[in-house]
Amino acid sequence: MSIATVRRRGALLGGSRSFWSLLAWVVAILFFFPVLWMVLEALKTEAQAASIPPTILFVPTLEQFQAVLSRDFPPFFINSAIATIGSTMLVILLGLPAAYALAIRPVKRTRDALFFFISTRFLPFAASLVPLYILARDLHLLDNILALIVIYTTINLPLGVWLLRSFLLEIPNDLFEAARVDGAGFFDELVGIVLPLVMPGLAATALICLIFTWNEFFYAVNLTSSVAATSPIFLVGFISGRGLFYAKLSAAATLASLPVLLAGWIAQKQLIRGLTMGAVK
Amino acid sequence: MSQPNVSKPAVPGSAVVAEVRRPRAAASAARRDSWLRRLPLLPALVYVFLITQIPFALTVYYSFFSWNLLRPGSFQFAGLQNYAAVLTESSTRIAIVNTVVLTLCAVAIAVVIGVLIALLLNREVFGKGVLRTLMIGPFLVMPTAAALIWKDTLLNPIFGLVDYVLSPIGLGHVDWVNRFPMATIVTIEVWRWTPFMMLIVMAGLQSQNLETLEAARVDGADAIATFRYITLPFIRPFIELGALLGSLFIVQTFDSIFMTTQGGPGQATTNIPFLLYLVAFQGFDVGKASAIGVFAVILTMIVATFALRTLFTIFHVEARR
Repeated sequence: MSIATVRRRGALLGGSRSFWSLLAWVVAILFFFPVLWMVLEALKTEAQAASIPPTILFVPTLEQFQAVLSRDFPPFFINSAIATIGSTMLVILLGLPAAYALAIRPVKRTRDALFFFISTRFLPFAASLVPLYILARDLHLLDNILALIVIYTTINLPLGVWLLRSFLLEIPNDLFEAARVDGAGFFDELVGIVLPLVMPGLAATALICLIFTWNEFFYAVNLTSSVAATSPIFLVGFISGRGLFYAKLSAAATLASLPVLLAGWIAQKQLIRGLTMGAVK
Repeated sequence: MSQPNVSKPAVPGSAVVAEVRRPRAAASAARRDSWLRRLPLLPALVYVFLITQIPFALTVYYSFFSWNLLRPGSFQFAGLQNYAAVLTESSTRIAIVNTVVLTLCAVAIAVVIGVLIALLLNREVFGKGVLRTLMIGPFLVMPTAAALIWKDTLLNPIFGLVDYVLSPIGLGHVDWVNRFPMATIVTIEVWRWTPFMMLIVMAGLQSQNLETLEAARVDGADAIATFRYITLPFIRPFIELGALLGSLFIVQTFDSIFMTTQGGPGQATTNIPFLLYLVAFQGFDVGKASAIGVFAVILTMIVATFALRTLFTIFHVEARR
């Protein structure tokens, strides 16, 4: 092939750049649209949200957000925050040492341990629901946020161990050798060397814990009722919304989704690595 | 130094501790070291073991009993009765078929669209960062919230936006959720999981060697041939990983079904998790719910075995690089 042809093809590709850009924007906006629509509906009055045809141009109002926030939503939000922070801290507390044992100073049968951890993550939630419900009932932990923290820690710990291990594997071994020669003990090693280097890993782990805990519905809806109910449970109240509550529903949905949306957008780089448990960077 | 020399494994999981003969004192020191090395692993291991295996053992145990939660004292050994009931009832068959249909359709469509969008965003398009940010929105929105938005504000036959957009072409006033319940659930799940597939495939595309692509172009390969013979084989493990992880999540779909169709109309969208929920918390039949749970575990383990193998393969690839 002549150089001229290559050049022409290059120019052709360059020329179609605007076409591909346009297509990409159309597709992305199409996918994002339900999210955008949720926010737009939340900024309308109830009459505008349920109008025929749908209201496109309107003066935004924060009325619905105020209504949702001033009424019964905050306790649900706070429960979600407690469950998320509690289980994330436990995941890191238990997961970091485990990841350390599997990455830096590998124990025998590392592969078995890794396999075991991840296999538990893929057990169907449904299979453990009934016994967990009965256990929670007998331990007086029904409708108790503690039960959710314990369960969410179990869900996220396997991901945390894999993820943190993948970050630890990237730390040069020489660093640890040096510390050992200096006579640094295990904990000095952990705090002095591992912690600063593994910070991005901790961020990724926290993000994944946040996504899976904040949005978790299956256990929450079956193990809590009022006191310990989390944000997704608040939305259940809108299911039979025959009345015209679309704007309020959208405001509640927006508020409930906000923490994960923001965190996911801010930490996009960690997202993919976290979701694949460190397999894809 | 009495510590055994531990070489960092080139391939994760193949940790080989060099066994070196040494005097007794050194041997006990080595044993102590080996325990010290295992110690940090134990809390996590014990925690996960207890919280996952006790309920699982109980599920198996309960599945041999007849027990209605609303009737105290109804706890009775029932042998294989629950399994017989679960196997013969049509509701189980329907739930299994629904689960397979939902998972296969949602994963297949999400993978295809995800790959296409990843290829699109891998081009020199304007505002790539913003596009990616928009694209991952559906994955981050709370699934229960998204399901409600889809059902009430988009697919509603009277007030819905889809109704408004489609009415000029004669598709107005269609009660999408009730007339096409499975398609509705599949749509919501595809919408949610396509960004996930896209992200994984994009990561694959970005790690592709540009020189190979340039060489193919110079050799006269057209875009389709380049994709077919160079790009596709390269991103294949990433697609597999996405598809398998996606399957494991989608097989457990509950949120969108609960919020839109409640498994209906009839049993049209009742999958295994939803059936189990119905049996356990509407019927309070612990024994039967447990038997369904055992089936769910078996089904999942079949998928998971493939998933784990793929996962380990990808880790090997990563380690070699």
